[in-house]
Amino acid sequence: MATNMTEKTKTLAGSLLNWVDQRFPLTSNIKTHLTEYYAPKNFNFWYFFGSLALMVLVLQILTGIFLTMHYKPDAELAFGSVEYIMRDVSWGWLVRYMHSTGASMFFVVVYMHMFRGIIYGSYRTPRELIWLFGVGIFLVLMGEAFFGYLLPWGQMSYWGAQVIVNLFSAVPFIGPDLSEWLRGDYLVSDATLNRFFAFHVIALPLVLLGLVMSHLIALHEVGSNNPDGVEIKEKKDKKTGIPLDGIPFHPYYTVKDLVGVSVFLIVFSSIIFFAPEMGGYFLEANNFIPADPLKTPAHIAPVWYFTPYYSILRAVPPVLNSQFPGVAAMGLSVAIFALLPWLDKGAVKSIRYRGTLYKKWLAAFVVSFLILGYLGTVPSNVWGQFGAWMGGADRATVVARVFTLIYFAFFILMPWYTKKDKTLPVPERVTGVA
Amino acid sequence: MKKLLLILLILPSLTSANEEAPLDKAPIDASNHHSLQRGARTFVNYCLNCHSANYMRYNRLLEIGLTEQQIKDNLLFAGEKVGDTMKVAINKTDAKKWFGATPPDLTVEVRARGADWVYTYMRGFYRDDTRPTGWNNTVYDKVAMPHVLYELQGEQEMNHETHELKLIKTGALSEEEYNTLVGDLTNYLAYMAEPAKQQRNRMGWFVLLFLGVLLVLTYKLKKAYWRDIH
Repeated sequence: MATNMTEKTKTLAGSLLNWVDQRFPLTSNIKTHLTEYYAPKNFNFWYFFGSLALMVLVLQILTGIFLTMHYKPDAELAFGSVEYIMRDVSWGWLVRYMHSTGASMFFVVVYMHMFRGIIYGSYRTPRELIWLFGVGIFLVLMGEAFFGYLLPWGQMSYWGAQVIVNLFSAVPFIGPDLSEWLRGDYLVSDATLNRFFAFHVIALPLVLLGLVMSHLIALHEVGSNNPDGVEIKEKKDKKTGIPLDGIPFHPYYTVKDLVGVSVFLIVFSSIIFFAPEMGGYFLEANNFIPADPLKTPAHIAPVWYFTPYYSILRAVPPVLNSQFPGVAAMGLSVAIFALLPWLDKGAVKSIRYRGTLYKKWLAAFVVSFLILGYLGTVPSNVWGQFGAWMGGADRATVVARVFTLIYFAFFILMPWYTKKDKTLPVPERVTGVA
Repeated sequence: MKKLLLILLILPSLTSANEEAPLDKAPIDASNHHSLQRGARTFVNYCLNCHSANYMRYNRLLEIGLTEQQIKDNLLFAGEKVGDTMKVAINKTDAKKWFGATPPDLTVEVRARGADWVYTYMRGFYRDDTRPTGWNNTVYDKVAMPHVLYELQGEQEMNHETHELKLIKTGALSEEEYNTLVGDLTNYLAYMAEPAKQQRNRMGWFVLLFLGVLLVLTYKLKKAYWRDIH
């Protein structure tokens, strides 16, 4: 260390770094979080999505800043200002498409990241707080996407916001006042647009950054999980104290994540340059019609990343003429992820050593999530109706109800089936190399 | 408020009832500048009296091969400047009184409805005495807009049993000429909905080429660094 220090001070850059280090823990932070953060050497495909989520977050913030320079949060001007960006601002179309595609890709990446956490048990002790911060990030991200979606002030922006804000009016007693308070008006209007703009560009991004920071600090405190669910800190080199299966995050995982970034950017660019609407899933056709409070679109569907929860909302029948149970079920379907660390009683963390019982439940959950997601994008009479024996109910609604039950059963029955599951023995050390 | 919520929740389930008429494929080719120029002429002469294109600037048409002088001579009639957007003088309240609906801005109409819809719509007007304008449309039932191009197309009649249209009075153009005219117009509207599309597609290949090279390099870099990890 001493020789290192003298060598360092010999060069100009070295002495500058030395000067900084005496006043700010720069080198020690780089060590803690990069060069001496030891990550398991067996990360696989699923481990790309954490760094990708961080990159998309940075992209969204950067493109968002440039959009803000030309966007007008005014009900009279908003729609036109977006078209102005698309036409008259140099490279405005590129920045806007990066932002709109980035929003959807953020959810793609975050869903993959969450799925990774689920299959390898990354939420289990001692990583419960990492998971809770993660669920917080997910919730704030949903809010961020929802507020942002109003800003182009198209028909889908407007009526989507109208539907979602109206959901709050189903809350018993305070509901109507609550939704009026959120809107700032009796209907979605200029006042709503202005406050949603404020939430979207400053309030939620601040919270999001804080949560992401906490997520990473917590991760670097306890160390990363891995596809085997083995704690690498339990087997350390006696001399150096470095985990035997650990390798420094930098350079090993930084160069590896660059490969992930390259592949991601290829997918991302393919969408931006060749299919920015993504067949109506990323940019809905109706949103190219300016918001009109007097014309309700025939079919209001949320953007794809909200559709599983929207399906659950529609599937739950009203009780005593109140929509509240549906709204509550929708809220619960998102919030319930936070309970995973305490619902999972399995003897092992990773799916690699779980038994078939758990795998079946997980498969049922994934299928439910996908089918509910699809059904949320289409009208509920898309598959026609059952005959009189089912009271002529919409087929899709009945299917959505069944899968809503499976969705919740995955969580509620988890303590039972994870305990009963016949698990395999977990190896002492991690298997394989990334 | 509860009722509104209920309506909003139920609405999506009521929609699939509207049976959609089959659409004809629009001949879209953004690289065909002659077609775009003809379409721009038709748009400015026939549509741009009631329908605005508030986000489209006249001088954007330089990129489909027109010169500033050509734009001034052929497309500007009311003292606009070439840098202006395509506005209309029609009063919204008047328009609502005359047609029962305000003519929508057409800048991004193709992105909202699709080029095939516009192409079919402009060829789908037929005589209907029950309508105030005397016109109805195959893809837009009870449309408020009268058939502006009827002098060119002639008049069609709907056979309500076969749902087929028949020309009952010929116009100034043959059927083929009219289809070409509407095709050019649709092509122009599609171009106007996203003028940067051509540039976007062209750039995309270079970006992908660059990223392909980047992927090879990052992959090799990863392999080189990881050689000593077992």
